[in-house]
Amino acid sequence: MARIDLVDLAHSYGGGTYALKPMTMTWRQGGAYALLGPSGCGKTTLLNIISGIVTPSQGKVLFDGNDITHASTRERNIAQVFQFPVIYDTMTVGENLAFPLKNRGLPREQIKARVGEIAKLLDLTPYLDRKAVRLSADAKQKISLGRGLVRPDVAAVLFDEPLTVIDPHLKWELRSKLKALHQALDLTMIYVTHDQTEALTFADTVVVMHDGAVVQSGTPEDLFARPAHTFVGYFIGSPGMNIVPAEVKGREAVVSGHVIGLNRSYDNLPAGGKIEIGARPEFVHVADPAPGLLSARIERIDDLGRARFARVRIGDVKFAATVPNGFAVPEKTVGLVFDPAHIHVYSDSLLVEGRA
Amino acid sequence: MSITLDKVSRDVAGASWIRDVSLTLERGTLSVLLGPTLSGKTSIMRLLAGLDKPTSGRVLVDGKDVTGFDVRKRSVAMVYQQFINYPTLSVYENIASPLRVQGVARGEIESRVLDAARLLKLEPYLDRTPLQLSGGQQQRTAIARALVKRADLVLLDEPLANLDYKLREELRTELPRIFEESGAIFVYATTEPSEALLLGGRTICMSEGRALQVGETPLVYRRPETIEVAEVFSDPPLNTVGIEKKNGSIFYSGGERASVTGLYEGLSDGAYRVGFRAHQLEVANASSGRHAFVTKVSVTEITGSESFVHLTREGYNWVAVLPGIHEFLPGQELDAVLDPNDLFIFDQSGRLVAAPAAR
Amino acid sequence: MDKTINNKAWFLVLPVFLIVAFSAVLPLMTVVNYSVQDTFGNNHFFWNGVGWFKELLDPSTDLGDRFLNSLGRNLLFSAIILAIEVPLGILVALSMPREGWRVAACLVILALPLLIPWNVVGTIWQIFGRPDIGLLGYTLNKLGFDYNYVSNSFDAWCTIIVMDVWHWTSLVALLCYAGLKSIPDAYYQAAQIDGASRWAVFTAIQLPKMKRVLLIAVLLRFMDSFMIYTEPFVVTGGGPGNSTTFVSIELVKIALGQFDLGKAAALSLVYNLIILIVCWVFYTVMTNADRERPQTTGGA
Repeated sequence: MARIDLVDLAHSYGGGTYALKPMTMTWRQGGAYALLGPSGCGKTTLLNIISGIVTPSQGKVLFDGNDITHASTRERNIAQVFQFPVIYDTMTVGENLAFPLKNRGLPREQIKARVGEIAKLLDLTPYLDRKAVRLSADAKQKISLGRGLVRPDVAAVLFDEPLTVIDPHLKWELRSKLKALHQALDLTMIYVTHDQTEALTFADTVVVMHDGAVVQSGTPEDLFARPAHTFVGYFIGSPGMNIVPAEVKGREAVVSGHVIGLNRSYDNLPAGGKIEIGARPEFVHVADPAPGLLSARIERIDDLGRARFARVRIGDVKFAATVPNGFAVPEKTVGLVFDPAHIHVYSDSLLVEGRA
Repeated sequence: MSITLDKVSRDVAGASWIRDVSLTLERGTLSVLLGPTLSGKTSIMRLLAGLDKPTSGRVLVDGKDVTGFDVRKRSVAMVYQQFINYPTLSVYENIASPLRVQGVARGEIESRVLDAARLLKLEPYLDRTPLQLSGGQQQRTAIARALVKRADLVLLDEPLANLDYKLREELRTELPRIFEESGAIFVYATTEPSEALLLGGRTICMSEGRALQVGETPLVYRRPETIEVAEVFSDPPLNTVGIEKKNGSIFYSGGERASVTGLYEGLSDGAYRVGFRAHQLEVANASSGRHAFVTKVSVTEITGSESFVHLTREGYNWVAVLPGIHEFLPGQELDAVLDPNDLFIFDQSGRLVAAPAAR
Repeated sequence: MDKTINNKAWFLVLPVFLIVAFSAVLPLMTVVNYSVQDTFGNNHFFWNGVGWFKELLDPSTDLGDRFLNSLGRNLLFSAIILAIEVPLGILVALSMPREGWRVAACLVILALPLLIPWNVVGTIWQIFGRPDIGLLGYTLNKLGFDYNYVSNSFDAWCTIIVMDVWHWTSLVALLCYAGLKSIPDAYYQAAQIDGASRWAVFTAIQLPKMKRVLLIAVLLRFMDSFMIYTEPFVVTGGGPGNSTTFVSIELVKIALGQFDLGKAAALSLVYNLIILIVCWVFYTVMTNADRERPQTTGGA
């Protein structure tokens, strides 16, 4: 159980470009964190720095205040679950789980008890005597996880896209199991993924990364309702947030010559910056074209069974909007109705706070 | 050109991989092979392509029997789940490779490659090699290479499965447009019902080597002929519950008793299985006209735009979907309601008896 | 996997068929014919039926005695060199660097003994071991050992064994190195996290992952050593006496020395059969090991 501090941490693999840009963060003990971002955003590098596989080129990592930046992986006492299951082929499930404790020289009785406890938590009890290599991928991932949990003083559990090789219809089972485990064990858990569903389900704090930097860190509600960066708006939500260039003055935004009312006042936008407004498709719906509404050209309607989305075009910009239930979509153009409470203004991709 | 599979079966080492499948695919259409892993999607594609021979049955192209013909004789292009490109050739050369094999003239090669690159947004990357590209770009290169051949049949085997979530979304919105522009027969295999719905066309629902239902995608979605089809074509998994209609009431297995309204009215007395998708189960208090259940939350999955609540009730595991972000505590009790006009009723043998009216 | 039929393929194979027929099938049939005859190659044939085969297996006859003794020597030789080369090869593979320029240098050095023609290997060691002009022989004798592979059969065996180890350990090492390289780093990281000792890493991760590669290495080494001819022949000629006369050398003595072609043919057939059986056993073991794949059900 540890509180993790990153102090001015950055990493460059050489050649001047930063794989991880300088950052300072604190992760509280017992928290469930997700590092969310597309491939190449630096999340795996960050995870490897915390686990000790990579030594950062600058900055420090502290566990409970102790500087472990240069400590070996073993010394940090962490557990790591990799993208593919890592198990010892020659051992049974029980022996796999007992391995870390055996290496520490714990007495047999203690090992047996602890293995039984963890096996019960992971629903592995009926398989303890089976050869680990014969089980399915999701059971093997549970064994990998179990080996980490079996040490009672483990500092943090790190997950590197652990559901990659799991069958899709078993993924949700494992996801809910991880969440339940977190609540039962009060461990610091850090989960790296590119899948927003995994991140938002598992974590109480999601750290969104893009291009080596932390773009926003907050609860799922925060990230969904108030994205601090256009990238967060785009990445979270399916479909992602619509971002359109606009001219914003006072309480109005002008998009393609059409005025949209905002519910906050924006007076001091920096001149020369790229001004955009963001609105999630859930808060924009299509209606019959009317003079008071922003008009857009229909490209296609996506029927997902439980909801319909209209893919439209405003000038050059692509836009997605909800189609209300039962609404008959006109052939060519529609009008867009915005909800002023859910429009955000961005300057150079960063959220601007308006005045009420 | 049209391609037909006529009562095709394929056995491998004693196991039956494809059982008695008959299909016809017409020019300019998109067909989605939808089914879980190991349901036979890849086997069907290999039979269509001519990579494998069926153990029984025939493969016909435009009426002609081509069952024994090698794949090189057929006009086929294939895109795989693992982005397969020639690692030492540039993107331009990769896309041009099938044309060079065919002996197409230089000028023609250039124009067709540039066309395909434009369609797949690869123009800035034509000089790079595949290893210098991201996963999405590599897969676009593979798709461009498949399209440039102007083959009569283009097969895509779960092409987006190895891509990041967001990249998958992006490519998925572009694919329908790309398919329409091409005019060949497209066959797209996937395990995800939402991809089938987004791509449209026709859907072939597969399970355990059998083609369960073939038809226009929205139709197969809204009127699954059997409970198996409904299960394949639902994500999250289909919720089910058993009912018995007798003495003028509906008895849900697990205890609730409800009046005979909505789709239940046309049923004769007996036992049935009711299926409903996640969005047909509403988390709300009992209200008139709705059938109410008391359920317990086991876990909530949040995607950002929606939350999927996993509920348990009398041994049944159900999933309901709610818009936005909701966090329910495991063990919390929730009321859930069903609209008797909005569910699927299947008889004991699994065949559809009643479905919601089309909107 | 029944692919679609392509009849053109048969035409491409036809020339190969004819060549193999002439160079292998016909001579093989000749050998089979000879093995059931009594002949000295001068076109006089006396039918012998299974006579030679009965003699081969009967230690009281001259033929049987020579065959069974040389067979025993072959088995002893193979056992010894396997016992030395496999662990040594694994050790070398483990000690090799994983990346950088040193890898290429090591690979080249390891490959060198494998590239030398076998009779040259034999000649090198023959001279190397001579007590008068050979570095090894001279040094050993200077150090007080009474080393002479020509007159002492123990010395002869040692020389041949050391020669074979020098020649072929690299093959085992290279195969094991390939096997080791295919182990993803995550396994080592997990072992570090689990606090495993170096020995535990070896037994729990490296050895199991090398299983398939080791099987191939053992098969190759066993077969090659069982069929060995050139190297010991060049060094000792089968001597002193017949202490290093392996089956292959025995065979040549009978066929080309005594021209007793019937016996030689029978001997070569039995020799061939033994090797085929061993290969088949290995193949079955290997494909069964492959079949040990996880079941799709059976998970939690």
